[in-house]
Amino acid sequence: MANKILMPKLSPTMEEGQISRWLKAEGDEIEANETIAEVDTDKATMEMTSLEGGTLLKILVPAGDNAKLGQTIGIIGKAGEDFSALLDEAAPAANGKPAAPATAKPAEPAAKPAEPAAPAAADQSEIRNPKSEIARLLVSPIAARMAAENGLDLSKIAGSGPQGRIIKRDIEAALAAAPEETPAAGAAAAPSFAEVSDVRGASAFREENTSKMRQVIAGRLAESIGPVPTFYLTVEIEMDRALEFRKQINAMLKEEEKVSVNDIIVKTAAMASLKHPWVNASYRGEKIRFYEDADVGVAVAIEDGLITPVIRAANRKGIAEIAREVRALAARAREKKLQPEEYTGATFSISNLGMFGIKEFTAIINPPEAAIFAIGGATATPVVRDGEIVVRQMMSVTMSCDHRVIDGATGAKFLQTFKQMLENPILMLM
Amino acid sequence: MTIRDALNAALREELIRDENVFIIGEEVAEYDGAYKVTRGLWKEFGDKRVVDSPITELGFAGLGVGAAMAGLRPVVEFMTWNFSILAADQIINHAAKMYYMSGGQFNIPIVFRGPNGSAYQVSSQHSQALEAFYANFPGLKVVMPSTAADAKGLLKSAIRDDNPVIFLEQETMYGMKGEVPDDEDFTIPLGVADIKREGADCTIVARSFTVPQALKAAEQIQAEFGVSVEVVDPRTIKPLDIETIVNSVKKTNRLVIAEESHAFASVGAEISHQVMEHAFDYLDAPVKRISTAEAPMPYARNLEVAALPSVEKIVAAVREVCYL
Repeated sequence: MANKILMPKLSPTMEEGQISRWLKAEGDEIEANETIAEVDTDKATMEMTSLEGGTLLKILVPAGDNAKLGQTIGIIGKAGEDFSALLDEAAPAANGKPAAPATAKPAEPAAKPAEPAAPAAADQSEIRNPKSEIARLLVSPIAARMAAENGLDLSKIAGSGPQGRIIKRDIEAALAAAPEETPAAGAAAAPSFAEVSDVRGASAFREENTSKMRQVIAGRLAESIGPVPTFYLTVEIEMDRALEFRKQINAMLKEEEKVSVNDIIVKTAAMASLKHPWVNASYRGEKIRFYEDADVGVAVAIEDGLITPVIRAANRKGIAEIAREVRALAARAREKKLQPEEYTGATFSISNLGMFGIKEFTAIINPPEAAIFAIGGATATPVVRDGEIVVRQMMSVTMSCDHRVIDGATGAKFLQTFKQMLENPILMLM
Repeated sequence: MTIRDALNAALREELIRDENVFIIGEEVAEYDGAYKVTRGLWKEFGDKRVVDSPITELGFAGLGVGAAMAGLRPVVEFMTWNFSILAADQIINHAAKMYYMSGGQFNIPIVFRGPNGSAYQVSSQHSQALEAFYANFPGLKVVMPSTAADAKGLLKSAIRDDNPVIFLEQETMYGMKGEVPDDEDFTIPLGVADIKREGADCTIVARSFTVPQALKAAEQIQAEFGVSVEVVDPRTIKPLDIETIVNSVKKTNRLVIAEESHAFASVGAEISHQVMEHAFDYLDAPVKRISTAEAPMPYARNLEVAALPSVEKIVAAVREVCYL
């Protein structure tokens, strides 16, 4: 039976996609999960895979054309099969009206030959005994909803219902077990980060009720200045030791593995944020979300805009590893090949314009993050040390703070730690 | 008070309250009714208010519809609802449609009442539960009480309603006792479900014959598995109080529907559909129905028992939807 191929949702914010190119031609055989086309979304060029195997019978949206979410872009089925009914169904969609999203209802052939009752019975037995036939996850509606609300990955839950159907009690069991599974990291009193993000691979977090005082602070400040009431803190950091530190590291690395000043800043900010949990947090109305790890967004300029690939758990990675990741992600960002989970869900971000000769600037927070660091270039500057005028490499860092979470003193204390660590990189080991 | 006496009290109070109310049917007067629901009423109210009819269902149903058009409030008794099939043209084509087809000139404030469903070995032609049949037609309200208080309160509301009401009793339940308020102004509005037992883990929607069974099943499940079952009795099939049912399912996530009619295109099928429509995201298991077997009712007692819903069948259904 022929089926429609619908434009899938390939990024969280996508509303339509442009077929960048078809990798299959009409008449080609396709296997399930095989890549059949490349689609330009609002964010990146994504590979589109077929949900089922068969013959690509018809391409309805040629390369270069746009299709809305759920619009029929092609038809798959058995070679030689009559799919005119599907073409009729797809026709209104071509007039800009999206077809019913993701119904993927197997359409009846226009003229169904009169058949005896036997095939119908066969169909039913297939439904009754699906274990070997159906590879898909079986899950009751309430279980699916609870899993979505709690950010549980259904593929990791064993179903106890018929044919392994995941049912409400399985979700309840998973929720009950979740806090125990999280390893109690560090000190015994350390709060556990039991919650899992919607973004794959992103930092775990815990949520605490937002205090009434903080809700009032948030409400009043937002009223005054906009949805994210931002203030700015600037600090001058002496970079001589950090530059020396970098030189020492790079002396041991191959040319293509060398670390940049920015990589060291990413690592330092991540380490400093662990000592100041309110900086590695986000304001969510009645809850404040505190992240277990520092997932650091690194702003990368690309041809027609800006994207912020994320270094997950930068606090747990070595500087060389961070450098390697930044390099790879930035390259893929420029090719527009980033997957959504690679550029969403940072816990705070860093924007560095030092290489453009910018001395000092302010950056705009990317909500729901609570902070972004604007890094200027390090320049040789006369400063006074022990009553003497000496020359030091000074770098200006301006932190934009979401005042709903970060108060002036909180941000200042963070910057103090950040400055100490950059000026004495060895402190990061402590 | 028994359900029989509660119905009798409702009829008597309404005969006193409104002189336009009268009763007509086979053996309702001098014989006190085939099931004694009208006991004593002919003696008290006389020939004009309690009328014995010949064995002519289509005739006296039509007479009732005509009387209703003329301003009276007839209560038409069918000796069993199985015989109403003979009068279906008057009920479905006339009573149900008169208000609409006369452009609102004629209300039909009539109640058709009598025992519905199975009895004790009355075989194929006398054991049918017809609620789905009548509920399918616009213009008819359909009521099915399961307790003495509901029987009284709902029958009084039905008689006072300006529309044709199908009032379905159950022969094997006439002797069941329950508390009934004495107040002659006690009524229960049509279209309001009643939660007969509160529970948290599974909902049983039952009506008439299956309500006592569902309550027993709920007790057994609670005792054996510690699972708490809620029993919802819609009481009125049309208009259906789907909100109460949906809210219950949203709480329990599981639904069993127990009914005395056959399964195909039944009221249970309708409830199942509406729950799917309004509470799909709350279901933890497919909705399960217990209905009478897809066969004409056998005469043999053992086969009759096997064909009908039972406490055991309802318990099994609850275990299935609760994955017990």
